[in-house]
Amino acid sequence: MPLMEVKDLCVDYLAEDGTHLRAVENVSFQLEHGRSLGLVGESGCGKTTVMLSLLRLLPEAGRIMAGQVLFNGQDLLRISEADMCQVRWSQISLIFQGAMNALNPVRTIESQIVEALRVHSSTNGKQDARQRAGELLELVGIPPERGRQYPHQYSGGMRQRAVIAMALACNPRVLIADEPTTALDVMIQAQITRLLQKLQKELNLTLILVTHDLGVVAEICDDVLVMYGGMVAEYSTSDKIYNSPRHPYTQRLLKAFPDIDNPDAELVWIPGVPPRLDDLPAGCRFNPRCHLCEEICTQQMPSLTAVGPDQLVACHMVKRGVI
Amino acid sequence: MQRSDYILRKVFFALVTLAGVIVFNFFLFRILPGDPVKGLIHSPRMTQEAQDRIRAQFGLDKPVWFNLAELKAGNIGEAFDTQFFAYLRNLFHGNLGISFSTRLDVGEVLAQRVWRTVILLALGQVIAIVIGILLGIIASWRRGSRMDTSILLWGLFTWSMPTFFFGIILLILARGKLPTGMMVTPGLKPSDGWTYWLDVGRHLVLPTITLAILYTGEYLLIMRSSIIEVLSEDYILTAKAKGLNTFQILRDHGLKNAMLPMITLIALTLGFTVGGAIQVETVFSWPGIGRMMYDAVGKQDFPLLQGAFLLLAISVILANLIADLLYSVLDPRVKPD
Amino acid sequence: MDLKYIWSAFRRKPMAIIGTIMLLTVVVAAIFAPLIAPYDPNQRVQVQPSDILAPPDAQHLLGRDDAGKDVLSQLIYGARISLLVGFVSSFVSMFIGTSVGMIAGYYGGRTSNTLMRFTDFLMVIPDLPLMLVIISVWGRGLWKIILVISVLYWTYTARLVRSQVLSVKERSFVLRAKALGASNLRIITRHIFPQVMPIILAQAVLDISASIIAESSLSFLGLGDPTLVSWGMMLNFAFSRAISRMAWWFLLPPGFAIVFVSLAVILIGTALEEIVNPRLKTHHLFDARKMVALLGVRLPPPEPEVELAIPE
Repeated sequence: MPLMEVKDLCVDYLAEDGTHLRAVENVSFQLEHGRSLGLVGESGCGKTTVMLSLLRLLPEAGRIMAGQVLFNGQDLLRISEADMCQVRWSQISLIFQGAMNALNPVRTIESQIVEALRVHSSTNGKQDARQRAGELLELVGIPPERGRQYPHQYSGGMRQRAVIAMALACNPRVLIADEPTTALDVMIQAQITRLLQKLQKELNLTLILVTHDLGVVAEICDDVLVMYGGMVAEYSTSDKIYNSPRHPYTQRLLKAFPDIDNPDAELVWIPGVPPRLDDLPAGCRFNPRCHLCEEICTQQMPSLTAVGPDQLVACHMVKRGVI
Repeated sequence: MQRSDYILRKVFFALVTLAGVIVFNFFLFRILPGDPVKGLIHSPRMTQEAQDRIRAQFGLDKPVWFNLAELKAGNIGEAFDTQFFAYLRNLFHGNLGISFSTRLDVGEVLAQRVWRTVILLALGQVIAIVIGILLGIIASWRRGSRMDTSILLWGLFTWSMPTFFFGIILLILARGKLPTGMMVTPGLKPSDGWTYWLDVGRHLVLPTITLAILYTGEYLLIMRSSIIEVLSEDYILTAKAKGLNTFQILRDHGLKNAMLPMITLIALTLGFTVGGAIQVETVFSWPGIGRMMYDAVGKQDFPLLQGAFLLLAISVILANLIADLLYSVLDPRVKPD
Repeated sequence: MDLKYIWSAFRRKPMAIIGTIMLLTVVVAAIFAPLIAPYDPNQRVQVQPSDILAPPDAQHLLGRDDAGKDVLSQLIYGARISLLVGFVSSFVSMFIGTSVGMIAGYYGGRTSNTLMRFTDFLMVIPDLPLMLVIISVWGRGLWKIILVISVLYWTYTARLVRSQVLSVKERSFVLRAKALGASNLRIITRHIFPQVMPIILAQAVLDISASIIAESSLSFLGLGDPTLVSWGMMLNFAFSRAISRMAWWFLLPPGFAIVFVSLAVILIGTALEEIVNPRLKTHHLFDARKMVALLGVRLPPPEPEVELAIPE
């Protein structure tokens, strides 16, 4: 039984004039215990929206229109807000994009970790909570005494680590990390990536890593979900994605990254821009930029089809045998 | 930044502002067109000699800023024998001049009346701040709800109402039920003890609630936008993700962060509230500094005006400084030494 | 954020529409005063003692004032002065404040510090006492009042503009223009100013009401232009001469007129502010019940009295 199963998730955003803009279309995936999932795609492809939907933390204009999020015997989309508050952080926790500002500037780091512990009654009393907060900070490489300090006294990388420590406070089953290394410099990026890897192993954490950096995904993730324009393009293990990508978008995406083993290879770029929510193309959302586009692609949305064990692709060209 | 740095900077600024106000005060009455003595010289038949004597009495025969003649003559000490330095000297001795209309010492008049304004302002402000903050919190919590809209509209309504007119409305409404003028019913003296003070209290009601009701609107609006700004921050979303409910988030993250800018904002509106006190004292004939200014305007009694302005400006500057110091203690981003 | 967007959002706000209608009423009254007002307030009239503070009747819908003149006509003509003061002062303040804020924000450093210290200095000094003192000494007059109000009310705009310029200054399109060699003046006027303009506009509108109230306060306290009859002046006369007689027709209408105009402008200004400052639109603690809009599924109520359906 998978730890979490997302089925046909559809999310809209309400525009100023009340119309619905479909931001996420029929996204499905599974999380297995101890296996990490990488969620990859360009900015604006809906990755963050999917993650926020899992915890029902969308902004005011967000509307979850369809789907199921099966976790721990419940459909998270059908439980009450009060029950959802229980699930948040203690079962599934989330590290936001731009976590530097995720901390309250006028409260100490320690107090904010303690708060998470006490809300979910993970410890007995304040002393215990403070002790545990210190342990968590140590786990991510921050001296526990520094817990008494304020966020502005930490460097960017330290703040990111503190946020990770806080996210692990209640021993969640799933940790969602949304672009944890963007906006940090390269050295710190490597540190954070290694930290996540270490934590994953030590705590047997199930990690969802949202990023546009394919390199990081290759290092840490077991499975990869490639999204484009709000829909799933390809869903497979990270091995298969890197070695035999099937979806035209994934193929192009991989070619767009410089390869250290092949420094002279030509960098390919994908012409065009990702679609705007208020101007979505009919049929497959990638069709305006796809070199394999045919008539059916502009008419019908492709569904996820298996092209092999553990590899799903959403492309009409699969049936045609082109890819 | 370091707290001592912050404090020094704020104190220095307060002193500079103070100096600016003092110089400005002097400048205003001596340089602008208009003979400052005309208020004193009532009778057109007063002889030139008598006029000159009055001018000398007020030191108006001396040069204004610097005595260039003496400077050229090499008498450094005498170079400062000017109106400006006489003014400064007097100021440091607490001598604010003589009122044109009453011939009383300005300082004495101010000292006598100041506590009446202080009571009025303090009472009105405290009520307004407390209720304003509460209403602001309620309005921001359920933003867009009917409660929010009605509270917001009320705030906007009080913002568009001139203080003196609101006083007039209340005066008309309360005629006969509450005292509408002066501080005490004629005939009562402080020696009458309880009766006296109770009577003062009854006279205080209308002017105080005029101020309180109007300024509640001010503070309500400020608190509401302060909280909304805070509630838009990323750390609020984090708190939500942590599983805190709305009440917990407001209490543990929203309020403390919103109160900090409130302190500075309250200090800033203090200058505005002083203007309200002037209007309210005028409408209700409350014998404080405000009413005194109104009467002084009518009689063109410049020394009184000058003294009152100085007093009010200094008070507001001081209040702002205290607010800044308070802020430095409460905001952890201003580091202690 | 361009004018088209602002206008379409503005049109949809009820606050804005109501405010605009209210303001237009006053503007029309001011412009067409000679046609609308039943009498000319400047005309000398022969009055009998019974006309003094006469209550309303058919010929004088709002009665007569302490000099026997028609109150309604004075009220209508008074709109001209309030609007004049409001718009001119606000415009001048906006001009001064924007210039100071732009220069301080763009050039930074010493210039910015000096300018901002001066701004703070003006902000700290209590405004009504200062205006009172200046007008007392300088003399009464409408343009003096307008000038004094303008010269004191630009400070908030300056601060606002400066902080906006600071954030816009670092944006890529500005850096690009700089790299292309655009002059400072060009960058300020062509690139930065359009970004800052909407916020300045919202603040300028709100300043109109502050100016109108300031003038009415000064006039009420006896410092208004003696040659004109503004609403504040009417209240000054009413208060000193009509209060004992409780001549409400003279005491109340001018005040309500002030509130009417101020409220109109404040509604418009607040609506603009909400459009232009996106942070005021929404925050994270909204009612989340609408978030899960699964078609055909009713979510259990937010009260924790729900049985969990545990599918096998």
